[in-house]
This record gives sequence, structure tokens and C-alpha cells, in this order.
Amino acid sequence: MKLTVNGNPIDAPAAAGQALRTYLRQQEHFEVKKGCDTGDCGACSVLVDGTPVHSCIYPAYRAEGREVTTATGIGGPETLAPIQQRFIDAAGFQCGFCTPGMIVTASTIQEHQLDDLPRLLKGNLCRCTGYRAIDDAIRDRHTPADGGCGHDHEHTAAGAADAATPDSAAGSAPVAAPISGLGPVRRTKPRTTARTSATDGRVGGSLRAPAAARVVSGQEPYTLDVAVPGLLHLAVLRSPHAHARVLSLDDTAARALPGVRAVLSAADSPATLYSSARHESRLDDPDDSLVLDSVMRHRGQRVAAVVADSVAIAEHACRLLEVDYELLPAVFDPAEALRPGAPLVHGEKDATISRLADPSRNLVAELHGEYGDVTAALATAHTVVTGTWQTQRVAHTQLETHATIGWLEDERLVLRTSSQVPFLVQKEISRIFDLDLEAVRVFTARVGGGFGGKQEILTEDIVTLAVLKTGRPVQYEFTRTDELAASPTRHPMRVGVTLAATGDGRLTALTVDVLSDTGSYGNHAPGVMFHGTSESVALYNVPNKRVDAQAVYTNNPPSGAFRGYGLGQVIYGIECALDELAVELGLNPFDIRRINSVRPGDPLVVTHQEGDDIGFASYGLDQCLDLAQAALIRGNGVAAPTGATWRVGEGMASAMIATTPPRGHFSQATITLDQNGRYLVRVGTAEFGNGTTTVHTQIAATVLNTGPDRIEIRQSDTDAAGYDTGAFGSAGVVVAGKAVHGAALELAGLLREKAARLTGIAAGDFVLAADGLRAGDVFVPLAALSGPDGLTGTGREDGARRSLAFNVHAFRVAVNTATGEVRMLQSIQTADAGFVMNPEQCRGQIEGGVAQAIGTALYEELILDGAGTVETRVLRNYHIPQLADLPVTEVYFADTADDLGPYGAKSMSESPYNPVAPALANAVRDALGIRSYELPMSRDRLWRLMNRGA
Amino acid sequence: MDLTTVATITQARTRADLAALGETVVPLAGGSELFADPRIHLTGLVDLQTMGWPALTTGADGLEIAATCTLAELSRMPAEPGWVAHPIFHLACTALFGSFKVWNVATVGGNLCTSLPAGPMICLTAALDAEVLIWHADGTDSRMPALDFVTGNTTNVLEPGDVLRSIHVPAATLTARTAYRKIALSPLGRSGAVLIGRLDTDGRFVLTVTGGTVRPVQLRYPSLPDPAALAADIAGLDAWFTDAHGAADWRRAMSGLLGEEIRQELAAPTDPPRPGTGDGSRA
Repeated sequence: MKLTVNGNPIDAPAAAGQALRTYLRQQEHFEVKKGCDTGDCGACSVLVDGTPVHSCIYPAYRAEGREVTTATGIGGPETLAPIQQRFIDAAGFQCGFCTPGMIVTASTIQEHQLDDLPRLLKGNLCRCTGYRAIDDAIRDRHTPADGGCGHDHEHTAAGAADAATPDSAAGSAPVAAPISGLGPVRRTKPRTTARTSATDGRVGGSLRAPAAARVVSGQEPYTLDVAVPGLLHLAVLRSPHAHARVLSLDDTAARALPGVRAVLSAADSPATLYSSARHESRLDDPDDSLVLDSVMRHRGQRVAAVVADSVAIAEHACRLLEVDYELLPAVFDPAEALRPGAPLVHGEKDATISRLADPSRNLVAELHGEYGDVTAALATAHTVVTGTWQTQRVAHTQLETHATIGWLEDERLVLRTSSQVPFLVQKEISRIFDLDLEAVRVFTARVGGGFGGKQEILTEDIVTLAVLKTGRPVQYEFTRTDELAASPTRHPMRVGVTLAATGDGRLTALTVDVLSDTGSYGNHAPGVMFHGTSESVALYNVPNKRVDAQAVYTNNPPSGAFRGYGLGQVIYGIECALDELAVELGLNPFDIRRINSVRPGDPLVVTHQEGDDIGFASYGLDQCLDLAQAALIRGNGVAAPTGATWRVGEGMASAMIATTPPRGHFSQATITLDQNGRYLVRVGTAEFGNGTTTVHTQIAATVLNTGPDRIEIRQSDTDAAGYDTGAFGSAGVVVAGKAVHGAALELAGLLREKAARLTGIAAGDFVLAADGLRAGDVFVPLAALSGPDGLTGTGREDGARRSLAFNVHAFRVAVNTATGEVRMLQSIQTADAGFVMNPEQCRGQIEGGVAQAIGTALYEELILDGAGTVETRVLRNYHIPQLADLPVTEVYFADTADDLGPYGAKSMSESPYNPVAPALANAVRDALGIRSYELPMSRDRLWRLMNRGA
Repeated sequence: MDLTTVATITQARTRADLAALGETVVPLAGGSELFADPRIHLTGLVDLQTMGWPALTTGADGLEIAATCTLAELSRMPAEPGWVAHPIFHLACTALFGSFKVWNVATVGGNLCTSLPAGPMICLTAALDAEVLIWHADGTDSRMPALDFVTGNTTNVLEPGDVLRSIHVPAATLTARTAYRKIALSPLGRSGAVLIGRLDTDGRFVLTVTGGTVRPVQLRYPSLPDPAALAADIAGLDAWFTDAHGAADWRRAMSGLLGEEIRQELAAPTDPPRPGTGDGSRA
């Protein structure tokens, strides 16, 4: 088949049923990404003779004789087209995996079509940004985060945009009144330098991602964007049963299939138990998993794997495997799982060896503790509110699915994988397979989103087994259905909350009762349960507190780590209860929080006073409350829809988070000056859209007083950088960034000392500049100091001391009582991020977290059939927010500086998620006068709430 | 995605080439639905696009839409004099879950044959009393109302080897006034309910209810009914269903609500300004 791609002729055959997407990738056009493979996400968008199509659903053979244009054809890294430059200028991406497809689609949109942008972009999904920046890029404008005027965002008519008359139940035409854009972000503490610009690269400025030009042109490689000679492919046979024992597996027919290189089953699996979850301490998670087990505990668990010359052959061979199962009784409800006589998911496990609370009760972990005397406080309270809230199962839906390529190199195992924790993967893989740590190298390319989902070993273990078995390079790539139907999700939680207060609104008792469904495996079950009930409870000064929490096995697919790590679920319950209390007492919801929130000097109490590793190294909750309330009072000019069925309400919620995970988070970074006067930063943490690479560049540029163009970052490679616990717990800035800062400081000191030795001038008299060191009239060029091997500074951080960050979210909404539609008229988030290292990037993290949380609050739900089968298996049935679904969120930063974080910065990547769902629920409550107790607040649920008995 | 079990593609040029169709060899039109699911039972595809059927043919008796006409072509179709119903074609396309890029390949026939409750071409063609032409495997032809073509959630009347050839919209309904409503669980999400009302020049009123029902259902009246009668008739329909895009009781209630809006819109003496700028008639 002959065609041209980006003007270059190609002559290569296409398989009969091949999609254009995989054909193009076979031709090493890796800029064509897979996000869904079903035509829903747009990451694979290309032009065929100028017409935009989703190449994953476009038959490859139809491209014969045609001209295909990919993002790279629109412009290369050195020859960017204006639309690509606009995506850079507007910071219109984070992980960047959706960006090439987004660019292709955007390239076809004419100016006169901009009013129609929500519809035109509904087939391009971004999970990171929340779309405001993408909207800016397409509209050719820039909304600075550090001051400047706002813009109108026409797409903010979330809930509108469908064809019907303005007062239709189906939603009106887009709201004509433009929303006011972002107000100026409040500056953080006064800086020593004057205003910093985006290009000078210093901390406090909005430097663009170093990879930006490659990302927007599709030339930044992700995990699978590499051609490996002799690559084999792995496919997995997944269990059709929620609970079953494999009695026998006949692979005769599968092995006989030409092109099959290996069939792997439980007999081939190491006997070492482990957890897919990864933490600094491997003891944090129960050892309850095997690479291949003979007991199936959820539908979709691996039964066996086939390694073959192609994905098609491997999948075909999987279908030829004959498996005989003994069906076992199963349990799907976590409350039922705790009852005596319930089927046991891991009944055969040893509680001590696997670190389980009680496998004979399906209990993975539990927490029961009391501070003060709750019973007495309840008995004497002026007002008591109580309620039980239920959260749903939510999927990360990072655009890049899990994937690993493994091979042997000089008798070492090398894993190129989509992971947030390459060093932890290295440690655990070496343990499972009994390999020396040095015999395993794990690295990542740029990671296409994670949100906690890649703090797990989901592909690396089976690829390792396949590589060791075949001696050949092996690739395993998840499908989107693998992600949605069989991979860890956010833990669904039932959260019971009781609050007692005095008549003037002072809390006297707080109890939380949490039941967490961890599904078939206990990965992250204890951590999510403990973290979920920690800062959520500690946020309030209450003399009497009780926490009861249980994390329970069921035969549902496993739950795992997800942005916020349990806090989002528990905060939803507590903040809704607190809102209800404010209603009961006739108090303003901001005021009840001002009365009761912890402030510096207060003890942090969950069930006992927290240790001295955590404390207020800065405090900005007061400002966050003030800023959010002021913005809500100020309004934004968006009128509520008219009509008898619309009700308007306001709501807010707070959230607190520790800036670093407990019990240590380590990073060791180095910076080396080379002979060309360039700096090489080696740091172990991974870039997955969190922007740490940008911030690390800024830190190094600031300390070394040089330009970002002189700094190169080499990261997330166990061979190329010092140990780093990993990119989770929002540690990229406050831990790894601190290590980079330390390395830069040490290197700067070494440079001054060396210059002093050369010149006899005191080291302290030297000032660093981009090309050398200066002391008065004396100038020492960098080249004179680097030496032949370069000069290296090293920095370390252990995360032993932790601070606290705050977020407050507020909404004004209109709710249609006839349909259940929620329209977000104003969305405000205020953040106490300490010193803001990169305002536009930090705002992007907040906007993205808010977008994911709105998805949780209104749209997203993995629906199970009650027997362990996920029914929402493709993106068209699992609705993540698209452009039309989201308002523009006003983002304001508190003016604080932290004593612990680098330059006074605090983490700000998980926490923006946490207050959003309760804020929205409280606004809906205010509008309707009826409280909803479950997520998502989908239109049908809210309609039912309003029409009970109808 | 790759259809890894498909080994042959037949690029059909004549009706005789359709003989290759069967249980495991199915027609391929745009591919947007076929290539979105592994479909491991398939061994071959017969490409209908190579038949070269003219997408849209207008005549005195109405409009002939080839099964292979893309949604993009349909949505851009110029109006003929007297086609009061013309805007409904574009509006119905906007109810497709797929993006405008999917419109570039997805076909009217493919949408009907996929037979999803939310298939907007099903609602459109049923609402206009269109007739479908089926080429049967044995060489015979038959015609039937589009309304009856879809029999349930992803099922229809086609037997293996049959091909949906075209859809004929009669001239009379093209001159009728129409009103369109859609609702989903999100602003532009997959439809929970799609309804089209039609007011004929002789005053007859036809309401087509889809999206919330497993198959299209129609309510026909000699003239516009009163609100209570319409509400009772919609509430009395029995094909409501629940999936990720809405609960059955909500869908029934929304259909009642939207049906009444449609009734009111068509009861107004003249068309209100056609809404839907958000769905971009200029796209």
C-alpha cells in the first residue's frame, strides 16, 4: 500500500482489519497516540486528504493513495505552526499525551467556528488541564496567572450548548453573558528580584515545560514510542469469573499456533507474594498478589499470558487456552463481606505474612480510636447532625494506558515503563524475581498521566516474567478496557459522619465511620484508609473525636491510589456534614469553618495527637476562606437561567493535606557542570504532567543564576539518577525539588570555592552568572572550573518534616428541578501553595484537579452489575469531562511562604481535588433544600431526589 | 482498533460482490462502529463505500439517502425549496455521541444498523416516516418503515447477508415542521433521550421517542394533542431502559418533559428562531 505521510511517501502493506492508527505507528509515526482505540478520545487524530478523522477507527487500507498529516506534519519542534506555538504559550497541556491529536483537531477549526468549540472539541479528551488552557490556545489568547486581565470563556456555559430553546429542559443555547475570567492571582511573598518573566526561568515565573516544543509536535517520546527490533508482544487471558479456582489449563492449541513464543500460567509464576502498590516502605501494603495466581478473585484478573510475534497472535492464542474453573462463592458488597459466613477473598492467607488485619473476615486494615469522650459530648450537645455518604468507583483515565517494554541488556533486565515510581518498581521486581538490584534497570520516558494509577506494578511484573522466559524484548500495552474494567480505581467509601456543636457553632464532637471497598486486592487499602481519615479529621479543633474505619476485600476489581489518596472521599462526607450543621445553626458555612479550623499552635488530632514530624510551617487557610468568600460575594456576572424550574445555590468546602507522605520520602539529586558551561540535573522523580521538570529547571536556574536553556534534566532512570521514592504524594516539588535545590547550592558553593582557589579572592565575593563567576573586575569562566569530568553537587531530602497545605472551593450553581441538571455558574478555588514556583503551571494543576473532581461529582461512575463485572468498559460509557462539561475556575493563591519547602513552596497537585465534590454538593443542597448523599450527583439521581414518590 | 480476526476485505463494486456476506463477514461502511470493538467473530468485511452509491438523491417523491452517506454529507446537505424540515437533518447529527471527525466517516446506514437506542439517524428517519430499502442475500429487495427496522437495543430486522441499501424520505414529510430535543447526563453526552416531533401541513402530529427506549417508538395524532393526553401516552410507553446514560424512570420523565416542549413549539403559530447555535450549523 502506498500513501504519503506528512509529505513523505510510504510503501508498506496493511493488514486486512488494521486501523490506520497502528499502521502509522508501525511506520514509526509515534506521534499518533492511543488513548481509547474506540474513536472517543481523539489522541490519534490525523488528517486524511485534509479531513480530520480518528485514525483508530479508520480502516488502514482506505488510506491507500492518500495524504496523511499528523501533528508532526503540522509542524516539527523547530518549525512549529502557529497553533502549536499557541499551545505552548497558553500552557495548553500537562502530560501532553492528548496534545498531538488535540493539535490536529485544532488545526482544522476556523475562527468563525469558535462559538461551536464545545461541540467541535467533544471528541478530544484531556485528563490533565481542565481545558481552560486548551480553550485559550485555540482562541489565541493567554490568561496570565500572575496578574493581567481576564478573558471571556464562552465554553463556560457548562450544561448548556445543546440545541433547544433557551428555557428548554434539554438545556439552553450557550449563555450569552460572558463569565468574567480569572482575576489576578495574588502575589506570593515579596520576591528579592523584580518581576520575573516566563522566559528567564527563575522560580516564581511561569516558565514553559522544557519539552513543550517536542510535545506539541508529537516528537516527545512516551513509553511505547520506540522501535525495538525483534519485539514480542504479550496478551493476557483475563478471568471471566469473579471468584474461581483454576483447576487446569490446557495450552496445547495455543502453543501450536505459529508465532507463539511462550505461554505463562500460575505454574511459571514466582511464589513470592507482593503488592501491586508501591511505597517507600514495602510493608505499607499487604503482600497478597502473585504474578500469576491459580485463584481468581475478580473478574478480569490475569489467568495466563501469551507471548507472541504480534498482538493478534498473542490474543488469538489466549482464546485457544482451555481453562477449567471451579467456581467459588463471591461477595461484592463490603458490608456483606464483613458478616460471619461471608465468602473469603483471601481466606487462605496468613495474617502476619501478608500483613492483613483479619483475612477470616475479609478485613485488610482497620482503625478504631477515640480522643476525648464522644458519647458525653453528644449527650450534652446543642445540635447534632449525622449522615452517611457514599462515593463511587472512579477510574484515573490517564490518557496513556499502562504499558511496559522489557528486554535483556548485558545480562541485566531493563524495563521501560509507564510508572510514577521507577525506583520502587526496581526494588520490588528484583525482590519478586530474586534478582540483584543492580541487575534491574527501570526507567520511564515522559509518562502520559498517572494520578496515582501508576504507583502500582500492573505490567512490569508480567513483562519481566516474559522477558526472563523468552530472553527476547517483550511489550505489554493495556487497552482502555483493561484500564476501566480490571485495573485499580479510587476506593469507593461509605462515610458516616456525626457532628455535635454548641449553639454558637463550636464543634464538640466529630465521629467518622468509614467502610472502604478495596476490591480483590489490598494494594493501597491501608494507606488510603489511614490518609483518608487523617487530615480530613485533623482539620477541625474538636475536643472529642472518634474514628472507625475498615478496608475490606470484596470480589470487585481492586481499588488503589488516586489523587487525594482517600481524602476526597472522607472530606466529601465531613464537609457535607459540616454544611448541614451550619444550616441547622443558621451559620454561614465560611464562618463555621473559621470558628473550628485548626490554626498554628493548635494540636493536630485524629484519634490522638499527631507526631511532631508534621506541623504548620506556614498557614494560609484563613486567606483561602477570605479569598473564596470574597470572590463568591463579588460574583462573576453570570446570570442564572430563568424559568420556574431553576433553583440557585451557593456552597463551599475546605480541605487540608500534608505536603509529603508520612514515614519518609527520599530523593537524591545531582547537578553537574560540564565543559561547555551547561548543567546536567539528574533526579529520579518522574514527569507525568505534574510539571516537576519545569520547576526543577527553575530551581537550578535560580541558584546557579543561569538560563533554562543551559539546563538539561535527566530523570526517572535507576541507572541515570540517584534514588527517588517517586512521583506520588505530591512530592515532586517539596522533596525532589528540595534535593535539586540542595544539589544546586552545593554546586554553587563548589564553584565559588574553586574560583577562590584559582584567584585568591574570597569565595563569598563571587557571584554566579550564566557564563562564569564574577568578583568585582575578576571573571572566571565556567569552562575553567568544570574540569575534564565536570563538577558535581549533590542534594538529598528525606521528607522527614512535613507541612500542611490548604484548599477551599466555592460554587454558585443553578439546578433544574425538572431534569436534575446542575449548571456551575461560578467556580472558585483558593489555594495555600506557599510560595508559588510557577504560577501558570500551579494554576494548571489546580484547574486539572478541579476538573477531575467535577467529573467525580457529576459524571463519572464505573458501573458494576453487582456480580463483579464492570459494565462501563469504554470511554463512551465512562464519561470523563470534556470541554463542554466544565466551567472556568477562578484560582487565587494565598500569600504565604513555607518554612520547609524550597523557596517556601508547598505541594499542590493532589489537594485541589479534595474540596470540590463537597462544595458542589453543598451548593446543590443550598439550591434545592434537599441534601444528596451519594456521588455522582448525576442528573437522574438529582431528579429522583427531587421527585421522590412522584 | 485493529480487527485482528479479519483476514479479508472485499471492496464491493456490484451487488454480486455482496455474496461474500454471511455470519462472519459483515458490511463495512464508515467503520467508526465496527472498528471500535474487537468483534473477534468476524473473518471478513465487505466494503460498501466502493459501491459508489450517490450519497443524496432528490426527486419529486422525496429524498433518497444512500446507506453509505456520511453524517458530514447529510449535515451539509443544501435545502430544496419547501423543505421546511431541512434543519432537522443537521440537528439530528448533533445528537451523535461521536465527534465531528466521526461525522466524516460514520454513515446514516451504519447508524441504523448499529441499532443503538441513542442512534440519532434512527430517530431522524423514523420521525420523517422514511422507508428503508433492504437488499436481501437471496437477491430480492424489500422496503419497510424505518421505524420498524430497529427491533431492540442493538438488534434489527437484517439477516446475515442482508444489506441496508438506502433510506427514502417522502416529499410530504420534508415539508413538515419539526422540533427536536435531546437530553443526556452531561451537556453534550451520549443521549439519554432524543425526540423529534413533526407537524404535517395537514395538521397531523407525530412524535418519535428514542434514546430512552430500547427501540424507537412513535405516537401519532390527527392533530396536536392536549398536554395531558400526550403526557399520558408518553408515560404509557413500555420500552424504557437503564444504562450508564440514564435511569429508565428519569428517561421516561425526560421524554415526557421534552415531548411537551416539542408540542408547545409546534403549537406556536410559526417557528421560533431555530436554536442550536451551540451545535454549529456552520461546522
